Amino acid sequence: MIKLIGIEKVYDSPSGKVHALKGIDLEIARGEIYGIIGLSGAGKSTLVRCINMLERPTAGTVIVDGQDMTKLTESELRQARKSIGMIFQHFNLLSSATVYDNIAFPLKLSGMNDTDIKKKVTPLLELTGLTDKAKQYPAQLSGGQKQRVGIARALANKPKILLCDEATSALDPQTTKSILDLIHTINETLSLTVVVITHEMQVIKDLCDKVAVISDGVIAERGSVLDVFTNPQHPITKEFISVLLSNDLPVAFRGNEISQDRTPDSLLLLRLTFLGETADYPVLAQMIRSCSGIECTMLFGNLDEIHGVPFGRFIIGLSGSDEAIRAAQDFLNGQDVKVEVIGYVRRNFAAVD
Amino acid sequence: MSEEILPLLTKALGETVYMVIVSMVIASIIGIPLGVLLRITAKGQILENVILNQTVGSVVNALRSIPFIILMVAIIPLTRLIVGSAIGTTAAIVPLVIASIPFIGRQVETSLKEVPAGLIEAAQAMGATPFQIISKVLLPEAMPGIVSQLTTVIIALVGESAMAGAIGGGGLGDLAIRYGYQRFRPEVMLATVVVLIVLVQLVQFVGNTIAKRLDKR
Repeated sequence: MIKLIGIEKVYDSPSGKVHALKGIDLEIARGEIYGIIGLSGAGKSTLVRCINMLERPTAGTVIVDGQDMTKLTESELRQARKSIGMIFQHFNLLSSATVYDNIAFPLKLSGMNDTDIKKKVTPLLELTGLTDKAKQYPAQLSGGQKQRVGIARALANKPKILLCDEATSALDPQTTKSILDLIHTINETLSLTVVVITHEMQVIKDLCDKVAVISDGVIAERGSVLDVFTNPQHPITKEFISVLLSNDLPVAFRGNEISQDRTPDSLLLLRLTFLGETADYPVLAQMIRSCSGIECTMLFGNLDEIHGVPFGRFIIGLSGSDEAIRAAQDFLNGQDVKVEVIGYVRRNFAAVD
Repeated sequence: MSEEILPLLTKALGETVYMVIVSMVIASIIGIPLGVLLRITAKGQILENVILNQTVGSVVNALRSIPFIILMVAIIPLTRLIVGSAIGTTAAIVPLVIASIPFIGRQVETSLKEVPAGLIEAAQAMGATPFQIISKVLLPEAMPGIVSQLTTVIIALVGESAMAGAIGGGGLGDLAIRYGYQRFRPEVMLATVVVLIVLVQLVQFVGNTIAKRLDKR
């Protein structure tokens, strides 16, 4: 649906040339929700604006729905933009127009008559739950309601693509969730291709099928959200994920020396990651049963879901005889569980009390 | 205050209102598009054209730096060409218009600058033409500001029109000078000033009311 080939963008700034995008290749399939995450200044907003040519790339090709956007004339481009809806962080609604008129705006631009406009706007008001707000002005609405107007307006021309530029960054977590749910619903009901720009991993996790991590003008990592979450490669990705999934040790062990060799009176800490079916399979119970003499302490546990796939992370502490520990490790390695050895660590009893 | 002042005042008020309204209408017809031009051709705007922007900007600045009384005398030949006479109330409208056009242009430009860039970007993303962006985004969004600014221009015109007496334009200012000052009739002077104050208050009140009703922010 969207194909970016070798996209580069160079800005002239007072302090010299700024290379915002350094050769980006990206392919987004029809009906997909594709997340692009990056820190501010990483180039993600520039990238999404290259899709509808609000920013003209310095080099590279943008193909949307089989059309090379970089080769269109001004009027062809205006026509092409009508099938690409866009929503913004600061909503960008007309303050002088009512909710109804804001949603009708793109239709008025196309010269549609009032009767047809009404036929299109009414269902959009219903879809976004704004029917009773139709006559109000944006200043009378909450942030979440404003973004709903933004979404309704973006959908008015029945686009094939929806670009979301930090659409939830100005909203509180609860409102964010309701907006993400709405985007998810329209993705499914209208089979819309959605491109999501964000700096919040939570948005990627809750909404997207695929993700590209952009850093310093290049794509550092990409893949399905599940793969990237469970097996991040690039340091920047790990950092984004760590906001949601802490890699810190439990308080009781923090500040203690971790050694790879066994010391007396210590626990072997293991980080276990369960994915999918195994998340609700009694792996630990079986381990205890099959390895006699093993003591297992549950130190941290978290069960989450990414796209309906259960995803569990645990830290356990093992103690017992050398053989028992080895047997337990062998057992776990034989299961469908990702096992990371953290090391042997003494319990910090002071911190617990 | 004697009875005879009243018809004098009414006539002078009529002349002032006539000069201000006609000048304002003509100057707005030219000045508002000028303000739009100054805005949209600025760097980074929808029809960026820096050379045109700077040229028009310099002309506007030059016109605005000429004191009205000098402008009025300096353009007498032009006035005669347009109106057929260099003196009289209608003749005074020509310099009033010329002085107001650049003023309105700058005021409108300032109001248009207040429209957030994101709104223009959103309209572009929806496939709006530059003309649609001007007529459906820039002007409606800036309208409360434009009304406030135009109110200021009208009040400035009331003041400038008082100088029109110098070329036989009549009006309240002329009445105050000729009767109040030159004929030592302080009560005429006072009455004129009171009428001017009421007029300006009224203009400001109407302007504020309209601007407030338009402002949905």
